[in-house]
Amino acid sequence: MSLISLKNVEVRHGELTALHSVNFSIDKGEIVTVVGPNGSGKSTLIRTIVGALKPSKGQMEHAEGLRIGYVPQKLFIDPTLPISVKRFMSLPRSFPHADVEEALRHTGASGLADRPMSALSGGQFQRVLLARAILEKPDLLILDEATQGLDQPGAASFYRLIETLRTELGCAVLMVSHDLHVVMSASDRVICMNGHICCEGAPEVVASAPEYRALFGSGTDGALALYRHTHTHSHDGDCDHDHDHEDHAHAG
Amino acid sequence: MLDDFLVRAALAGIGIALAAAPLGCFVVWRRMAYFGDATAHAAVLGVAMSLALSISVFAGAMLVALIMAVTVNTLHGRGHAMDTLLGVLAHSALAFGLVAVSFIDGVRVDLMAYLFGDILAVSKTDLAIIWGAALTVLALLGWRWSALLLTTLNPELARASGVNSKREELILTLALALVVAVAIKLVGALLIGAMLLIPAAAARPFARTPEAMAFIAAAVGSVAVLGGLSTSFALDTPSGPTIVCLAAVLFAASTPVARLLLGHR
Repeated sequence: MSLISLKNVEVRHGELTALHSVNFSIDKGEIVTVVGPNGSGKSTLIRTIVGALKPSKGQMEHAEGLRIGYVPQKLFIDPTLPISVKRFMSLPRSFPHADVEEALRHTGASGLADRPMSALSGGQFQRVLLARAILEKPDLLILDEATQGLDQPGAASFYRLIETLRTELGCAVLMVSHDLHVVMSASDRVICMNGHICCEGAPEVVASAPEYRALFGSGTDGALALYRHTHTHSHDGDCDHDHDHEDHAHAG
Repeated sequence: MLDDFLVRAALAGIGIALAAAPLGCFVVWRRMAYFGDATAHAAVLGVAMSLALSISVFAGAMLVALIMAVTVNTLHGRGHAMDTLLGVLAHSALAFGLVAVSFIDGVRVDLMAYLFGDILAVSKTDLAIIWGAALTVLALLGWRWSALLLTTLNPELARASGVNSKREELILTLALALVVAVAIKLVGALLIGAMLLIPAAAARPFARTPEAMAFIAAAVGSVAVLGGLSTSFALDTPSGPTIVCLAAVLFAASTPVARLLLGHR
């Protein structure tokens, strides 16, 4: 049973059709990455699944009792709003202090609970957002370009963390990313978008698809070469993700 | 006690200060300073309509303030740079209101009262309306506090947590229209925005939690009301503007005083 399934979904922003003919589903424990150029509807897809946008056509179904943990694209907290990490994580429902600490520990953000949100570094901020998202023990973790503003080692360790969380919590992960090679290596399935889903499948398959090449062309050749080089082995059999992302990051 | 006009004025002012404090915090956090202004300016049009139709000024101001607040909220939600359009709406509502008032016989004198307020003319009925509205606003904001905070931080995050961000924004809008409608008689359409903004801004350097900021803003607002009233009594200055002046002085002092007391920031 899929956690979420979209059938022939169309989403419009006023006159503009941001998404059309989208058929998509995600299963338990799966890591799916959405890639695509700017304006290709990646964020629109995420926002529709989260419930912030309504499809103008088609159907969207959630599994019963589905809990979604959401990490938004960017979160600007106005400096005039004083709020601590602990308090932020307890919105809109408060959680026992131990749970908050546990979630922070899970995401490598222990000891930040009493800090003001405005005093966090970019990496700490993302880890806090992730901690907040896992507080409710989600079945599905959704990340919208969560590594924006992190440097490459930062992004790589963030993705490693997500993979660990998937193993520990057993949740599915749906994420949008620009960090093509890092992300694709960490995914079970990649979806390539450009207003609609133009190709999807295992990372290897998508990387060699003509539609993907047409969109990402020469700019990512190096990255893809690197990606392939390090993954010729790991996709034999049942895909044991023991490869080291840090290598991608430094090499790229 | 309520027979003393100064006591009535003080109580009315404090009622507004208490309701404006948490509301003002949201205006500051959401960067919607214009929201208060546009709504308040539109209320003048409501006053003109009420006088022409001989209905309650409070009801008329409330209605037009509400329409304006919803309009502004919708435009703000579109996410475009709405600065210019908001400015056009705010000032033209005020201008149309003023022109409309001039068509009504015998209210020329009253006009100044609605622009700058006349807190000393507050009646017992006004007092009841003001406190009724203030308590309603406080109850509404208290009830929705967490959801409102999350919506302010990020509407999509709120959506994903099952909070209807549109509805929360509407609640804020309603509360704002209510405060504007009752405050117009006290501080006037031109200065309501100040009562929302200045105490909240003055509270910021002292606050470490959103709740603390709202409470401190309430205290700052109340001090400004009491201090402003006594100053205006002593110096024979107009009460509404004097209250705002005092709030502004408190704001100017807030950052250095906070630095002195808290030793950081």
